[in-house]
Amino acid sequence: MTVKTQDDEYSALTAAGNTVYVYEAPVRLWHWLNALSIVILAVTGYFIASPPPSVAGEASENFLMGYIRFVHFATAYVFTIAFLVRIYWAFVGNHHARQMFKLPVTDPAWWSGIWQELRWYLFIVKLPRKYIGHNPLAHLMMFFSITLGAIFMIATGFALYGEGAQEGHWSHMIFTSWVIPLFGQSQDVHTWHHMIAWTFVWFVMIHVYAAIREDIMSRQSMISAMISGERTFRE
Amino acid sequence: MSIETFYEVMRRQGISRRSFLKFCSLTAASLGLAPSFAPKIAHAMETKPRTPVIWLHGLECTCCSESFIRSAHPLAKDVVLSMLSLDYDDTLMVAAGHQAEEILAEIRKKYKGNFILAVEGNPPLNEDGMFCIHGGRPFVEVLKETAADAKAIISWGACASWGCVQAAKPNPTRATPVHKVITDKPIIKVPGCPPIAEVMTAVVTYMLTFDRIPELDRQGRPKMFYGQRIHDKCYRRPHFDAGQFVEEWDDEAARKGYCLYKMGCKGPTTYNACSTVRWNGGVSFPIQSGHGCIGCSEDGFWDKGGFYDRVTDIKQFGVESNADTIGATVAGVAGAAVVAHAAVSALSRARSGSNDQNNGGK
Ligand code: HEM
Ligand code: HEM
Ligand code: SF4
Repeated sequence: MTVKTQDDEYSALTAAGNTVYVYEAPVRLWHWLNALSIVILAVTGYFIASPPPSVAGEASENFLMGYIRFVHFATAYVFTIAFLVRIYWAFVGNHHARQMFKLPVTDPAWWSGIWQELRWYLFIVKLPRKYIGHNPLAHLMMFFSITLGAIFMIATGFALYGEGAQEGHWSHMIFTSWVIPLFGQSQDVHTWHHMIAWTFVWFVMIHVYAAIREDIMSRQSMISAMISGERTFRE
Repeated sequence: MSIETFYEVMRRQGISRRSFLKFCSLTAASLGLAPSFAPKIAHAMETKPRTPVIWLHGLECTCCSESFIRSAHPLAKDVVLSMLSLDYDDTLMVAAGHQAEEILAEIRKKYKGNFILAVEGNPPLNEDGMFCIHGGRPFVEVLKETAADAKAIISWGACASWGCVQAAKPNPTRATPVHKVITDKPIIKVPGCPPIAEVMTAVVTYMLTFDRIPELDRQGRPKMFYGQRIHDKCYRRPHFDAGQFVEEWDDEAARKGYCLYKMGCKGPTTYNACSTVRWNGGVSFPIQSGHGCIGCSEDGFWDKGGFYDRVTDIKQFGVESNADTIGATVAGVAGAAVVAHAAVSALSRARSGSNDQNNGGK
């Protein structure tokens, strides 16, 4: 088969019945590890702000708040390291691995894709377009909620962590020393870490719903693509 | 006239050599220095000409001065205060009126570039500074003039450091912290409403004896007193880690002295020395008397939501609600939208599915 232009390649690849390898193993592994850490971080984070009812007994016999915070911080390290590895993979992986980190804002096709997707979700158009990678609307949401969101949570999270770890700890040097002065004081950093935590909850609700719905209704496989890495096209 | 040394001033004030040496070791201890520093402090005080301090008052409530004169180490207070009152502090000195203003002018001339300017309160900038008048002129003018001749500036309290209550929204007089008005001098912020007396005397003593500014953090506060949060050294911290909290002001947990986190204690976000130095000569501090920290040494603490809320309101959105209310509301709307969308999707799919069948399916 001779491939002449990209469009040709696109339509050839997305022909019904075709299967394309899209998400490489590190991307898939990151996806599920990231999903798991976000769930743990959101739950433990909620309990850090609104702790469960007091436990009885001597203080030295209990360490409930300590454990909740420990799980939050340990998961935060997993989340952060996984994110760094994911960034590394954006450089060495296939071009789908880079998609999450940049928005093709100069590409009119991308904008029209967003418009098309919006109309698809509003039941105006009957058939969605086919995409080898993320659809433009999902792409937009992932970039803001996850790419930027993770950077924000890591910066503010480690800034708060460095307050307890204190001067001399790497987190204090790299984050606390400038994030706290940037916000003015620690309390606003807590408040915004907490507010942006909720945007992750919103993202997950919509993302999981959309993934399941698209799996059933769109013209390509979804959930299995994030498991095997292979996307199969229908119709 | 040659300038007296600190030691000479102290002796003239009737302080014995023995007391003087005690003061030196006390100061070394309160600054967190090794005992070997006591003789160094003594030597410096014996040989160095004393640095005069001018203490100006802007828009403030005098709680900084009130705290200062209650310094627990009586020696430190006597020493520093006598050194200060010799110069200029309009609420503490004996002189008044024109006589007082002459002293100010004289010190500025005589010690040009050599005196420390301590500012309590801040200048309001609206209406050309007319909301605070000092000797018949807007305070902001006096501040700028005096600062121009000073070696360094100490910003006493939350007012001078951040703005405090007079700068709280909507800040009708446009009260402005000192560092936003004076930008060409080293400024040491000693925030708190008021700051702890011992912290104040120690900062002054450090600067007078070592002739340099204590090490500051990024926000200009001396690290030795503002390097840690209340929460890092709070004696109720074991209850925090255990998960034992006061839930109501009059509950059993309150009587047991559990952690005040759920009552909105701002200890986890407040940098100050209250939980180590404490107040009134180490007698107590707010948390020890059963009330959470209100974060009085932090920037804008009046505008950060309730003193009694753990998750405080976000004011930026116009409506006063906290992250949990906003978060849960949007999540609720999103959840309802998802359910509705799923229902419509299922319906439209069922309909198009039957169409497909009519057309022979696929
Ligand atoms: C906390 C939960 C989750 C988060 C934060 C999350 C986040 C993400 C992100 C950032 C991507 C883009 C991956 C990349 O470009 O490297 C993605 C893709 C994907 N996720 Fe999730 N995810 C979560 C849970 C789930 C769940 C539970 C499912 C399955 C039901 C799922 C299915 C998918 C699918 C199918 C894709 C590929 C979408 C496409 O090809 O356009 N995700 N997810
Ligand atoms: C998606 C990721 C994350 C979510 C959803 C999340 C959620 C939360 C929430 C809701 C809070 C309570 C905020 C408050 O009101 O004080 C919190 C606190 C905190 N988080 Fe995170 N967080 C995330 C990532 C991180 C990361 C990467 C770190 C880095 C170490 C981190 C460190 C902290 C710290 C130190 C606190 C304050 C704990 C305390 O004051 O005792 N978080 N987090
Ligand atoms: S009372 Fe306040 S400062 Fe003390 S441990 Fe509890 S939250 Fe921290």
